[in-house]
Amino acid sequence: MKHKIIFTSLFSTAILMASTWATANDNPGGIGGVHSLRGDAELEQTRPADPLKKVSRQVSKLDNNFVGQPPMIPHHIRNYEISMNANKCLSCHSWKQAKESGAVKISVTHYQNRSDQILSDVSPRRYFCVQCHVPQVDAKPLIKNDFKEVESLRPNSND
Amino acid sequence: MALLKSFFKRLTSPSKAALGIVLFMGFIGGLLFWGAFNTGMEATNTEEFCSGCHAPIVLEIQETIHYSNRSGVRAICSDCHVPHNWTDKIVRKVQASKELVAFAMGTISTTEKFQARRAHLAEREWKRMKDNNSQECRNCHEFAFMDFSEQAPRSVKQHSTALASGDKTCVDCHKGIAHKLPDMKNVENWQ
Ligand code: HEC
Ligand code: HEC
Ligand code: HEC
Ligand code: HEC
Ligand code: HEC
Ligand code: HEC
Repeated sequence: MKHKIIFTSLFSTAILMASTWATANDNPGGIGGVHSLRGDAELEQTRPADPLKKVSRQVSKLDNNFVGQPPMIPHHIRNYEISMNANKCLSCHSWKQAKESGAVKISVTHYQNRSDQILSDVSPRRYFCVQCHVPQVDAKPLIKNDFKEVESLRPNSND
Repeated sequence: MALLKSFFKRLTSPSKAALGIVLFMGFIGGLLFWGAFNTGMEATNTEEFCSGCHAPIVLEIQETIHYSNRSGVRAICSDCHVPHNWTDKIVRKVQASKELVAFAMGTISTTEKFQARRAHLAEREWKRMKDNNSQECRNCHEFAFMDFSEQAPRSVKQHSTALASGDKTCVDCHKGIAHKLPDMKNVENWQ
């Protein structure tokens, strides 16, 4: 009997505490205490979209930050088709076309399959170029960043 | 009534004034006829007209630069597909009557049939534009007025060499500028 009383009183205080907490926090959706660098928006609201970032028509080559990084695309790619029918990128970057178009030819890794065999044409896993290569928009980093490229990619600062 | 009678009399009695009036009426009639003919030609140039048979193409074009761009200038089907030159225009219209036959035969009546025939049609269009040195493009984009200091380096490199020398014409390099491409496997200078 005694146990039962203790249990019910404990149980009801627990419920009471829970309900006061719930009323104090009268907005259970909210932002959940998470502040975003892109601006705070309540879960139930739809924030107006940011203006689209602009891709420059062409910039000078973008530096790589680590070895083995797919280089960024230094030019616009609006409406460049990559489909079963056609690959616009290869119409400039293939080994056949690179000289005439003045583009950098794709490196030999683009001919390798996943067991490192070198194929006679672009490997299917490298066909969809924009899976790895993307243009850089003109945007400021959201937070300050001290990232330094590895030593071997750093320009020589002594001279 | 009396006025009309005297008007007719003037026309029937050979006088200098009557001859003048007959000539004038002939001139007006001619103008009206020519106008109606021309309007008929213009009516067949609208996008809705083309979309009757080329619905998939009209959808595709909406993603491209010739549909929406920063300056708000549009190129519609007929800007690229009907020469502005008067005689060329008539030749093209007569050729287009062949499209009616093809339409009756249903050569591109389904997506599958269109896809299968697309390379052939594109090939015909490239040839036509190569033969007229991309006249349609040049109606809007005049090489002489291209400002190389405004263009991107990639553009300048090609325009100041192969285009300037006349080795190549617009559609040699700008394939698929307004449409999805057909199967490009057998197209020269591609990949
Ligand atoms: C009209 C020809 C053309 C087309 C089409 C084209 N590119 Fe390029 N691309 C170039 C040229 C020219 C350069 C070299 C620019 C330079 O030297 O500054 C380049 C540079 C690049 C680079 C940088 C290479 C490096 O070593 O820094 C990448 C990556 C690239 N392109 C990827 C692509 C992808 C992906 C596509 C398709 C979505 C594409 N390109 C389509 C001409 C083209
Ligand atoms: C799976 C990711 C991946 C895909 C897909 C891919 N690449 Fe790359 N690409 C890389 C990486 C990683 C490098 C840098 C290291 C190297 O050369 O392998 C690179 C390098 C390049 C370079 C510079 C080559 C050089 O010698 O400096 C060009 C140009 C390029 N890619 C173009 C393309 C094009 C065009 C396509 C589409 C046909 C493509 N890539 C698809 C990952 C990819
Ligand atoms: C009555 C239906 C019909 C209309 C309307 C029509 N077309 Fe076509 N068009 C066709 C058919 C069918 C073909 C395919 C011809 C073939 O298979 O040989 C075709 C082919 C074409 C081609 C491919 C090139 C060629 O020489 O065959 C172009 C370009 C074209 N049409 C443009 C237009 C434009 C622009 C308009 C609007 C001014 C238009 N068409 C209106 C039925 C039509
Ligand atoms: C900026 C110029 C331009 C405009 C605008 C344009 N076309 Fe084309 N069209 C071309 C070129 C160039 C080709 C040759 C194939 C290619 O490069 O895509 C072509 C090819 C075609 C073909 C042959 C089949 C194919 O897909 O290649 C048809 C049909 C056609 N156009 C219909 C139309 C219709 C309908 C419209 C209007 C909605 C239109 N075009 C607007 C330039 C244009
Ligand atoms: C009715 C006029 C007109 C005709 C005809 C026309 N264009 Fe254009 N073109 C434009 C306009 C307008 C723009 C967009 C300019 C801007 O705002 O940047 C444009 C843009 C372009 C661009 C820039 C593409 C990009 O992504 O920045 C190319 C390339 C081009 N046209 C090629 C062609 C070719 C090739 C033809 C012939 C098949 C052609 N044009 C026919 C009006 C025309
Ligand atoms: C030898 C190849 C070649 C020829 C011929 C050529 N172009 Fe280009 N054009 C290019 C390349 C490469 C680019 C840059 C790639 C891109 O913007 O997709 C370009 C870009 C353009 C642009 C965008 C310019 C910019 O930088 O903003 C326009 C507009 C254009 N071309 C129109 C034309 C017209 C019109 C003709 C015919 C009078 C023509 N081109 C002939 C290769 C060529």
